Amino acid sequence: MTPFAYRTASDRADALSAHSGARFLGGGTNLVDLLRQNVESAAELVDVSRLPGSISETVNGGLLVGASVKNSALAAHPLVRSRYPMLSRALLAGASAQIRNMATVGGNIMQRTRCVYFYDAEGARCNKRQPGSGCDAIGGFNRYHAILGASEDCVATHPSDMCVALTALDAVVHIAGPDGERTVALTEFHQLPGATPHIETLLKPGELITAVELPPAGASATHSEYRKVRDRSSYAFALISVAGGLEVVDGKVADVRIALGGVAAKPWRATRAEAALKGLPATRENFLAAAAEELTAARPLDGNAFKVGLTQRTIAAVLTSLAGERA
Amino acid sequence: MPISINGADHPLPDDPRVSLLDLLREREGLTGTKLGCNQGACGACTVLLDGERVLSCLTLAVQADGREVRTIEGLEGPDGALHPLQQAFIDHDGFQCGYCTPGQICSAIAMAQELRRGDPSHVTADLASGPNGPTREEIRERMSGNLCRCGAHNGIVEAIEQMLAREAL
Ligand SMILES: Cc1cc2nc3c(=O)[nH]c(=O)nc-3n(C[C@H](O)[C@H](O)[C@H](O)COP(=O)(O)OP(=O)(O)OC[C@H]3O[C@@H](n4cnc5c(N)ncnc54)[C@H](O)[C@@H]3O)c2cc1C
Ligand code: FES
Ligand code: FES
Repeated sequence: MTPFAYRTASDRADALSAHSGARFLGGGTNLVDLLRQNVESAAELVDVSRLPGSISETVNGGLLVGASVKNSALAAHPLVRSRYPMLSRALLAGASAQIRNMATVGGNIMQRTRCVYFYDAEGARCNKRQPGSGCDAIGGFNRYHAILGASEDCVATHPSDMCVALTALDAVVHIAGPDGERTVALTEFHQLPGATPHIETLLKPGELITAVELPPAGASATHSEYRKVRDRSSYAFALISVAGGLEVVDGKVADVRIALGGVAAKPWRATRAEAALKGLPATRENFLAAAAEELTAARPLDGNAFKVGLTQRTIAAVLTSLAGERA
Repeated sequence: MPISINGADHPLPDDPRVSLLDLLREREGLTGTKLGCNQGACGACTVLLDGERVLSCLTLAVQADGREVRTIEGLEGPDGALHPLQQAFIDHDGFQCGYCTPGQICSAIAMAQELRRGDPSHVTADLASGPNGPTREEIRERMSGNLCRCGAHNGIVEAIEQMLAREAL
């Protein structure tokens, strides 16, 4: 770890006055690790985890979640549990109780990939860590890597569970920067790798995530689930995961939300599958067909071809369970 | 501001790179808290920060500025009596080599409080109403952040069950 200075931001303006070379620090569960592995470096850490952050209802009946809210507090919040259960479920499926107590909402959104070659600063090539150096995951160990939206320069996935549910729920990221405030839909926030895998989000240097806003919960947000498939039943990153929400009226799909984790460099909103399902009878056959349509764009690697079928079946299983049939 | 460790104030390290784990072990001589993976994957370094369980290997000591840290050394009673969970680990063979034990015990003490609060877990069937008591399934899921390479998990779960049963009396 190269030396760095540390200070606690006293308020938002103080945080935004950070000089270039400074990094915001949330719980530290990702950044401290990456600093120690020499994957990242910082001249200064500006601790934003003590900035005021709460969970409050918005005037239109949505929910505003401060960036410094801990993952454990968000998961346990009564309104999240009752109105946005897929979000509670996604958080509770992530990491461990200890880590969820430390991890912040802002840090979770900004967490980096768990690709082993990204982590191996001494021994591996990685275009994300060192642009232009190459990608050792292509042709290497890529069981955990992307099947959608990858490029020949990078096949890493975004590891967050929380973001998959937030994506399905049409969450909006609130951002403050030296030039003022703006909001960005979470579906647009994370970037696909293309030729610039080191550019991961729309956040500009010096900009701070201040909150995440959930729109008012309709039926498809409240009747929702999160299913995570992993190599052991707890305390493991997803192979793939599905956040699903469903509203059925007269046996037909009135509204559906589907987002996928572990398949791409961003939490993947399955818009094609959603569009295909609107108005169709809520049956397992239709769910499977819509999932297959989403996955026609899949380009699996040597080590993760299984993810295509696994994702299709998991989408169908989640929606079938929500439709009240047996999966 | 200093850090309070088991009730006594300690100064912050000058170098912000020092982890809370290194502060405890290397500078304060509190070697009960263990270093396993040093990257968040094993739970051996679990301590209580303001009463909640966290990983001291991924916490910079400066992040604990002004907060209260409790470690395995701070659990026994004023008369030196073992914490009921420490006794329960002995009663149920909740360890073999003992390396994961301080982390397991700190973790389980906070877990009991999370259960009392009604916080849900990944295996809680009804999110709205919360956990349906301290079932084995709930305990195992909630303790999944603490690995035991000796495989003493059965004894660990039994020890925690004993503590929770006595608490409920
Ligand atoms: C062993 C282990 C297992 C894990 N398993 C899972 C899992 O199964 N599922 C899962 O989803 N996650 C998992 N995680 C990852 C964990 O969820 C993240 O590390 C955590 O959410 C990051 O939050 P933090 O507050 O600690 O971020 P930090 O480490 O403090 O910061 C992460 C990044 O966010 C930036 N940042 C922080 N706050 C802000 C802000 N307000 N605005 C702008 N930038 C900011 C930092 O500069 C840094 O780049 C695991 C982690 C570990 C160590
Ligand atoms: S040493 Fe902290 S989790 Fe392993
Ligand atoms: S008792 Fe040896 S690691 Fe748990």
